[in-house]
Amino acid sequence: MATYTLTTPLTSEDTKQLVAGDTVLLNGTIFTARDAAHSRLVDLIEAGEELPFDLEGSVIYFVGPTPPKPGDPIGSAGPTTSYRMDSFSPTMLKNGSKGMIGKGKRNQAVKDACVDYDGIYFGATGGAGALLGKQIRSAEVIAYPELGPEAVRKITVEDFPVTVVNDTKGNDIYQMGREQYEVKS
Amino acid sequence: MREIEFDVVVKAVKDMILHCGTDLPQDTYDALEAAMEAEKSPVSKEVIRQILENANIAKDEKRPLCQDTGLAVFFVNVGEDVRIKGGLLRDAINKGTEEGYTEGYLRASTCEPFSRLNLKDTLGYNLPAIVHFDIVKGDKIDIEYAAKGGGSENVSRAKVFPPAAGKDGIVEYVKEVISDAGGNPCPPITVGVGIGGTFEKAVISSKHALFRDLETKNEDPEMDELEQRILTEINNLGIGAMGMGGTKTALAVHIESNPCHIASLPVSVNVQCHSSRHTHITI
Repeated sequence: MATYTLTTPLTSEDTKQLVAGDTVLLNGTIFTARDAAHSRLVDLIEAGEELPFDLEGSVIYFVGPTPPKPGDPIGSAGPTTSYRMDSFSPTMLKNGSKGMIGKGKRNQAVKDACVDYDGIYFGATGGAGALLGKQIRSAEVIAYPELGPEAVRKITVEDFPVTVVNDTKGNDIYQMGREQYEVKS
Repeated sequence: MREIEFDVVVKAVKDMILHCGTDLPQDTYDALEAAMEAEKSPVSKEVIRQILENANIAKDEKRPLCQDTGLAVFFVNVGEDVRIKGGLLRDAINKGTEEGYTEGYLRASTCEPFSRLNLKDTLGYNLPAIVHFDIVKGDKIDIEYAAKGGGSENVSRAKVFPPAAGKDGIVEYVKEVISDAGGNPCPPITVGVGIGGTFEKAVISSKHALFRDLETKNEDPEMDELEQRILTEINNLGIGAMGMGGTKTALAVHIESNPCHIASLPVSVNVQCHSSRHTHITI
């Protein structure tokens, strides 16, 4: 299992080298969106309207941070559970997005979309919100401020630690890891 | 009749919330350290190392441990010989919750169930708190608090079995719930199991079981044995920290058992994530 340092926006060349279980330190701009924001973004895509940011090569972080303390760009910011975005993610990948960061397993449609469109599903450590929030250097709400913690933010990250869960070959670290350590009775 | 000032309760609740938001309880920290030592998977070991580093950063820099600072859940035992002066006890708990979540820069996570609109500007910041009251002997008020996140709550389940299901049926059910949950509830988890009572009694017991400190054993030897049996079965599932595969999926199983109807065996499974933020105070 290798460690890579990558900078966004990601290309197919970046994503196709990654294998489930690899560690990646992400740098550059990523966008935050969770349940309500995904619903709105996919509505815009389906209506053929312009999105609040460029999807090409983008990495989307499923997060609803705590409010920043004075002087900080953002509060604690760990991943939320990803399956709630399963119905939206294939559309995002089909339209140019190359990565998602969350926690927990995805459905087959998302895994297939990762194979079809060179996408990666990254897992960040859930509940490590203080540690992950510290790797975020700047944050700016760029859409849907009325959604509060669910607003779309443009954030800049430095060496943001994630693990490849689903790669472009259809591998899944959750399945592989579990099979390796399951004790059959 | 002893009297406690409304504001004394408000401050006690606020202080518990501020402390729990940033300081992982020692019992949980110790259990995670032991799990990191014992974990066989290098990927899961690294995840637990990050969890412990996160706890150190949160404590030293007073940052919330997790962005999901939960709904505020309270179990409150009110002595028969005590009253609140200057307001209602429930109002004091809600006011302390609002002040704690606001001052601690914790997240307001309550919303209307269908519009999903956040209630911070209408009902109040992260209100209402979820409060379970009981009346007990004495002139004190005991308040237990936990921050209950959404990821672990979403995988929790309850079912009323026929009595013949017995212990084997309960073990299989808990295994099924945790197996289906996988990495979603942020393992290493604590598993609360409520047994007996009525449907809702089992559910509330499973929640309360999560408030027990991890180093304490069940006082009932039979339930202690059942807890150990379920814990072994869960760890044999191989889910590991954050679902990455490994040998430490759960830190503990806690059971609360109650007398029940001759026709029923209610069972509830409530899960708490590794960031088990809980504390209590007696006023």
